[in-house]
Formats: sequence, structure tokens, C-alpha cells
Amino acid sequence: MTYKGEFYQRDREWHPPALTPDYKTSVARAPKHALLSLQNSASEITGPVFGHDDIDPMDRDLIHNYARPGEAAIGERIIVHGQVLDENRRPVPNTLVEAWQANAGGRYRHRKDTYLAPIDPNFGGCGRTLTDENGYYYFRTVKPGAYPWRNWVNNWRPAHIHISVFGTGFAQRLITQLYFEGDPLIPKCPILNAIPNPEAVQSLVAVLDMNATIPLDTMAWRFDIVLRGRRSTLFENRLEGN
Amino acid sequence: MAQHLDYLKETPSQTAGPYVHIGLAPGAAGFDIYKTELGKDIAGPNAAGERIRVEGVVTDGIGAPVKDVMLEVWQANASGIYAHPEHPGEVEDGFRGWGRVISDFNTGEWFFDTVKPGAVMGRSGRPMAPHINLWIVARGINIGLNTRIYFDDEAEANAADPVINLIEWESRRKTIIANRSEKDGKVVYRFDIRLQGENETVFFDI
Repeated sequence: MTYKGEFYQRDREWHPPALTPDYKTSVARAPKHALLSLQNSASEITGPVFGHDDIDPMDRDLIHNYARPGEAAIGERIIVHGQVLDENRRPVPNTLVEAWQANAGGRYRHRKDTYLAPIDPNFGGCGRTLTDENGYYYFRTVKPGAYPWRNWVNNWRPAHIHISVFGTGFAQRLITQLYFEGDPLIPKCPILNAIPNPEAVQSLVAVLDMNATIPLDTMAWRFDIVLRGRRSTLFENRLEGN
Repeated sequence: MAQHLDYLKETPSQTAGPYVHIGLAPGAAGFDIYKTELGKDIAGPNAAGERIRVEGVVTDGIGAPVKDVMLEVWQANASGIYAHPEHPGEVEDGFRGWGRVISDFNTGEWFFDTVKPGAVMGRSGRPMAPHINLWIVARGINIGLNTRIYFDDEAEANAADPVINLIEWESRRKTIIANRSEKDGKVVYRFDIRLQGENETVFFDI
């Protein structure tokens, strides 16, 4: 099999820059030198491939995947669902999507989190799934709580779910955060507002999707994810030899 | 009005945050949830080639270790083949070439065990010296940082490598070359990563 084309260049003005002083931790962790731009080679165009042997179907159900038999996580029951597409609007099938989050009280199950909200014994806080042949994915979970963090004295993270996606090439690797429509903490968040373009910020806000709710059971939020697109094979790219 | 291009925009990146381990390496966060955690075995039992360990620490602009970092590794096998349907050639059964590396929460030191990759064919038929691709995420890093690990015992291949040669300042090239030594009969490469400041590692926009 031969290569398809390179990935479209990442729009660095759309993503948050490395140095965003209002998000204080970035100050000492941001490279000062310019990134060196590389044209894609095999090292960037390839990436890990995952299959159904790698994960369990239950992994996508955060309400139950860490709960004791017959019990469930506490909180507002939600479905998070959407499609993984590339910039050419093509679905990205069979790709690994991972999620992690705080519990309904805003507490993470992590040895480093000491926030006073209690741990939910039935909630681990992570899930994973593969997109189907049309790029669709879904998780079942509880809506995470907002929580305070040390940046300015009085910063609160809006409710959010961390999302990790692979795509087909290592150059598409992406970690982001999903926020919830209508959260008044969204405009106040220095991490979210590290993204300079307001339209880009809005693309991280999931919308309430009444049509996907399960009546009398679970609310639903829609969150589509876009990975870098690829050039078609119309033009000679000379990724390989010959 | 001109016509309109109908491309989508890539979803913007956000920091992985301090609790990245919950999602991607729950064992390190302190709990067991999945039957199999992904990314723990890079090369598998059948891979040919030299077994090596790569170790290092990521430091910030103050020179302090970054203790909540997560690295992802992507590499070819010893024959220079990536485990991917678009790469011509076969890899050994069980070789994935991808792994996740978590630093020690107290010291920031990390390591991973793998096989040394072979040279990979690069663009326009120019071979690339053996290297391991790295993606670095942590709290305070708004978008994952890409770099490569090259090997100091591959001086000739490194000198001809098309990527190393793109680095205009020769003094910066050494920041992506790991140093080989032997410890207790084991081959260990040291690869420290400096996010900022003196000897800042070369990061790529791939």
C-alpha cells in the first residue's frame, strides 16, 4: 500500500499558544524557541492502530465501569456522543477516544487531588471507546462538577471532560476538553481562554441534544471532534522514494 | 463574494492537566479499572533488535523536574517498519511501537524499555537516522509538544539525517540526541528534555 498525502498544516493561530500568562503554569513550561516546522514523513503519517481486542465494551460506561455490582455513580446521568471527522468532513472510523473527568462533586480519583468534595466509591472517572465505521462514538457518564484550582486565588474550572483522540497518524494526536453549553464559568476560565479565537472556544462547547436523550433516564450532549485532514493523492507528494 | 471553502477546523487543543493519568494510565493515578492498560509494552516479546532502555527527566524553565508529565512514544521496529497499514513491510507479532510513559511523581524521572528502531525511509528517498518520536503533554502545556529521540552511537546516520540537518543552530542538535551507556549489562540511553531556557530541546511542528 502506498502513502496518501500529508496532513494539512496545523493552524497554530487557532490552537492556544504555548505561553498564556493568565494560565500561570504555562509560563515556565512554554518553549521560548520557535517550533521547527517539519514536512510529514512516515514517522508523522503513521500512528498506533487499536482494535476491539484492546478494550472492553463496558469501558465506555463511566456510570458502571467502576461501580460495585448493582450500584451506579452518583450524579446527573448523561450521554456524551458525537462524530470524529477530519477537516475534509470525512468520518474517522475505528479510532480510539478516551475520556476522563471529575465526579459530580468536582473531585478526581487521583492520589494528587485533595479537594474536599468526596470521592464517589462507584465512580472511577475514565472511559474509552472506538469510533464505529461512521466515526461515531458515545460515552455514558455523570456530569462532572466544577471545582476550584490554584491559579488566581478564586479560579473555578467550568464543568469539563478531558478527551484524547488518535486518528490514523501520530501528527493527528490530540487532547482537548469538552465543556457544557450554558456554563457561566466558561467565559472566566483562563485555560479555555488560552484559545485566542472565540469561535475556536465555542467549538469546545457541547450542546444539549434533546433528540439523543433517553426519556425519563439520561440527558444527552453532542460533541463532534475534528482531526487534521489529509491531502488527496491528486498531486505527487514524494513522501517515499522513487 | 468569492466562493466558500467547506473545510472544517481542527478541534483546538487543551492541556492534559495534572490528572491525565486517570484517563490514560489509571494505574499511576492509584486505581485499577481496565483489564488492560494501553501503552505498557512498546515492542512486545518477539521483536528483533537490540533491547534498550531510554530514561530521562523533563525540566521546566526554572530547571525543576516536571513531575506530572506524560510522554507518548511512536517508533519503527529494528527494520525501520512502523506497525501501520500504510507502511510497507511487516512487523513482528506483538510489536506495536507505541507506548505511554509516566514520570515518577516524586522525582520526575521516567524510563521505558523497547528495541532500538532501525533507519526509516524519509521523504524523497532520503533515509532518516534511527529515531523514536515523542509527544509530551502535561499541566501547563496547552498543546502537546513533538520531538524525536536520536542515538549518539549513530553519528554517521545522524550527520546525514534530513531532520537533524534542518536545525539551523548546530549547538541545538545535541538536544535531540540521547547518550548511550551500559548499566548492569543493560543498554541505557539518557534523554533529558528541557521545555524552556538553556539547552531548550528542539520541538517540531509536524
